[in-house]
Amino acid sequence: MKFTATLMATTALTAAASMASAQDMADSMTIVSWGGAYQTSQQKAYAEPYKEANPEVSISWDESSNEAVAKLRAMNEANNLTWDLVDVTGADAMRLCDEGLAMEIDHDEMLAEGDDGSSATDDFGEVIVSDCFIPQIVYSTTFGYRTDMVPEGTEPPSSICDVFDTETYPGKRSLEKRPINNMEWALMCDGVANDEIYDVLATDEGQQRALDKLETIKDDVVWWSAGADTPQLLADGEVFIGSTYNGRLFSVIEEQKQPVAMMWDGQVYDFDGWIIPAGLPEDRLARVVDFVKKTTDTQHLADQAKYISYGPARASSAPLVGKHADLGIDMAQHMPTDPANAGNVLQPNFNFWADYRDDIDAKFQSWLAQ
Amino acid sequence: MSDVTDATTAKRGPTPDDALRIADSGDGGPVLAADGTPLKRSLSRALRVQKMRALALIAPLLVFVLISFIVPIGDMLFRSVENRMVGDTLPYTVEELSKWDGASDALPPEAVYRDLYFDLFLAAEMKRHTRLGSRLNYESSGMSSLFRQAGRKLDDPGDEAQEALEAIDERWGERETYFELFNAAEGAEIDNDLLKAQKKRIRYLSDTVPTGEMDFSPSAEVSALLPLAARVYTSFAVITGMVDNKVVAKTKPMESLYLALVQDVTRPGFADDLAAYNGPQKDALAALANSGLTAPDYTAIFEEVDRDWVNLDTWRVIQTHSGTFTSGYFLNAVDMQKTPEGPAVQPENKRVLIQLFIRTLIMSLTIMGACILLAYPVAWLLSNLPARKANVLMILVLLPFWTSLLVRTSAWKVMLQQQGVINDVLVWIGLVADNDRLVMINNQFGTITAMTHILLPFMILPMYSVMSTINPSYVRAAKSLGATNWTAFWRVYFPQSIPGIGAGSILVFILSIGYYITPEIVGGTKGVFISNRIAYHISSSLNWGLAAALGTILLAVVLLLYWCYDKIVGIDNVKLG
Repeated sequence: MKFTATLMATTALTAAASMASAQDMADSMTIVSWGGAYQTSQQKAYAEPYKEANPEVSISWDESSNEAVAKLRAMNEANNLTWDLVDVTGADAMRLCDEGLAMEIDHDEMLAEGDDGSSATDDFGEVIVSDCFIPQIVYSTTFGYRTDMVPEGTEPPSSICDVFDTETYPGKRSLEKRPINNMEWALMCDGVANDEIYDVLATDEGQQRALDKLETIKDDVVWWSAGADTPQLLADGEVFIGSTYNGRLFSVIEEQKQPVAMMWDGQVYDFDGWIIPAGLPEDRLARVVDFVKKTTDTQHLADQAKYISYGPARASSAPLVGKHADLGIDMAQHMPTDPANAGNVLQPNFNFWADYRDDIDAKFQSWLAQ
Repeated sequence: MSDVTDATTAKRGPTPDDALRIADSGDGGPVLAADGTPLKRSLSRALRVQKMRALALIAPLLVFVLISFIVPIGDMLFRSVENRMVGDTLPYTVEELSKWDGASDALPPEAVYRDLYFDLFLAAEMKRHTRLGSRLNYESSGMSSLFRQAGRKLDDPGDEAQEALEAIDERWGERETYFELFNAAEGAEIDNDLLKAQKKRIRYLSDTVPTGEMDFSPSAEVSALLPLAARVYTSFAVITGMVDNKVVAKTKPMESLYLALVQDVTRPGFADDLAAYNGPQKDALAALANSGLTAPDYTAIFEEVDRDWVNLDTWRVIQTHSGTFTSGYFLNAVDMQKTPEGPAVQPENKRVLIQLFIRTLIMSLTIMGACILLAYPVAWLLSNLPARKANVLMILVLLPFWTSLLVRTSAWKVMLQQQGVINDVLVWIGLVADNDRLVMINNQFGTITAMTHILLPFMILPMYSVMSTINPSYVRAAKSLGATNWTAFWRVYFPQSIPGIGAGSILVFILSIGYYITPEIVGGTKGVFISNRIAYHISSSLNWGLAAALGTILLAVVLLLYWCYDKIVGIDNVKLG
């Protein structure tokens, strides 16, 4: 049945086979990413080594990952594809795949084996959330709090439910202005076991229950929509505790030396990686396939952790994670996947959110507006 | 807003067709031109040339605006009613489903499931089934994974059918057998309707026009004998030969073909039709007919894929949203929904859009009012100060105008937040307690403050341009006739400045009603506009239909208000400079 997919994979294979003859590959590519420290880490860990090996290639970067889904759809409709490789979250990869905007990947064919000899599929494991997704990192949405705003005589917050406890920990909280993650945390602290959360959330009563729990702190919440908001709110002392991506908190704590600490409890994993837009011309596709194969191997993924505190998506990369390139601190303990941090982790259910996103978002927005 | 019109006298300036009107107004016989033709005709001929020349001059601009502005907007707005996807992806299913009574308690008949199998199989082949799933998921949660899973599991029945066919006769395991069977031999009649219909389908499903030469054409005789299998094979051949540009005869057919063949040879009356048939593979077909194959049970196939396929609600959703055009998006945009029983109000916990529309209007009006109050004195100063001082003041007005929008919005964040500049000052002078700082951001106040500041120049500049033309001697004359300062201002100066207020108000109101980035940053939950939802549906949920419906409503509201303004104040009373 995967007739089109096989076709694409065959094209990709032919491309991979002809790798030796570089003249078949385009010598420029446009990579789309998120900008900021994350994009810099990709440039250093992936693009620079690749350019050293292939000096004829010029790579331009576009910081549009935020709107990648909408823009790819617009490009597809206009039949004018200007991107070669796009960095998106796991959920977006799934949507792009559903919309037919991303190319399906044969992971074992197109990606390198792990350096322990395991196949790419095994090495990435569950991180491959969609047929189109080429994972790079595991990151998490977790909490950071102001150490100087912890009330005297109380322990610093150590549980996700402390976010909902405004009596012990007064002060504002910042949460993302969307239902994903917040609904899960609310249920988690309303006594629902982690592995039942999505079953509960699939019912109207469960959704109402989560909103009711959020209602208890609604007046104390500052809602954020950009990843940079919580770090700024924490640095200004606007909020006591707030959720954001763990890499952002790492830079607030270790690079800017703000009085902020991590709270890993209840962190929600998420994945970020590449997708190849569907419908690339052959020479550009060949270049992208080559780039992806060479830069997502065990060593390259581990190298990225030198520049940012996101965990490599391959299991085989974890032992290779070293020290931060500038700060010289050991990065392993800052990875969301580090056993010390991964005590209470929620695995997000992408299928669930693909189905319920529109419905729950409407309810969430209606609740917010009241 | 036309410059030709003078608001004070309401007398029109000279226009090129004045002569025509003068010629028209004359009584008593046609006035003749020098060459004897009626003056009216000769004039209008001369004018036509002039008009054409004028049109030619603006033509490049007109075409540019049309192509780059009107057409894309029209296309976008059209999406608010367009709903071709369901019918184009599942054409045969939708046709069969229209015969089903959605109000009944019985599941759709087997024929619907049969068509769904083959429609969905082809859609999955072209990676379109998930797109349809996303589309229907806007209407009912769970559709997305229902379609995604179905796409993965439809192979298996086909594979089983293939094994059964091969077990009966080895020839059915070879791709050449199928090609020979369905291809019209030299001189045989070709089923052109079938070919055309399948080309049209593939054209939609692949987003490309199937072109190029194909080494296959469906035989009319076989398509009469094996209608379903011929249809499946033809669509396969179009994809292989015309989209992928491969040799049809040498490519392995889609799995659904085997199931289609089983379906056809088990249909009632097949044996009789086969007896009259004289084409290729007659004996292989006869082997199938005599083998005791049973017709596939499509309902069971789908039940195995997912229980929801035998759920009445799933089918009601598909049936309700299967039309080429839909009112569903507009209903959603006003907190309603399209149901099998007709339009219905959304459950209370999902209503938000009407509230946002109203809030957008009220806040835009508030911002407009705040701008009028703040801009009027500034514009008055600008037009009454000596030129040197006025220039300095003008730069102060323009400086923020030239600063990036994001910078200004972020600056307000620094000013207004609880640990921000204003709160710090208030705490320092003791007006506010340190633990009880004012909340001035992430609410309506934040949005109104920041947007008033950002839009202020759009109010000041038109006001200034009108005020600077007001002759100061009028006010002096009023005073010398005994008017107090207030009367002189209110009865003489103010009425003359109204065109400036009108122009500024329209600019500020229309700009603010569509504002997006500032409310997003400083608006929190209560200070966001409808445009923030439009942006969400464009870039996050990808529900472009709903976004288009919201946009259309917003546009209509603005045009309506503009019309009201014209009726009440008169658009001629607006002066931009």
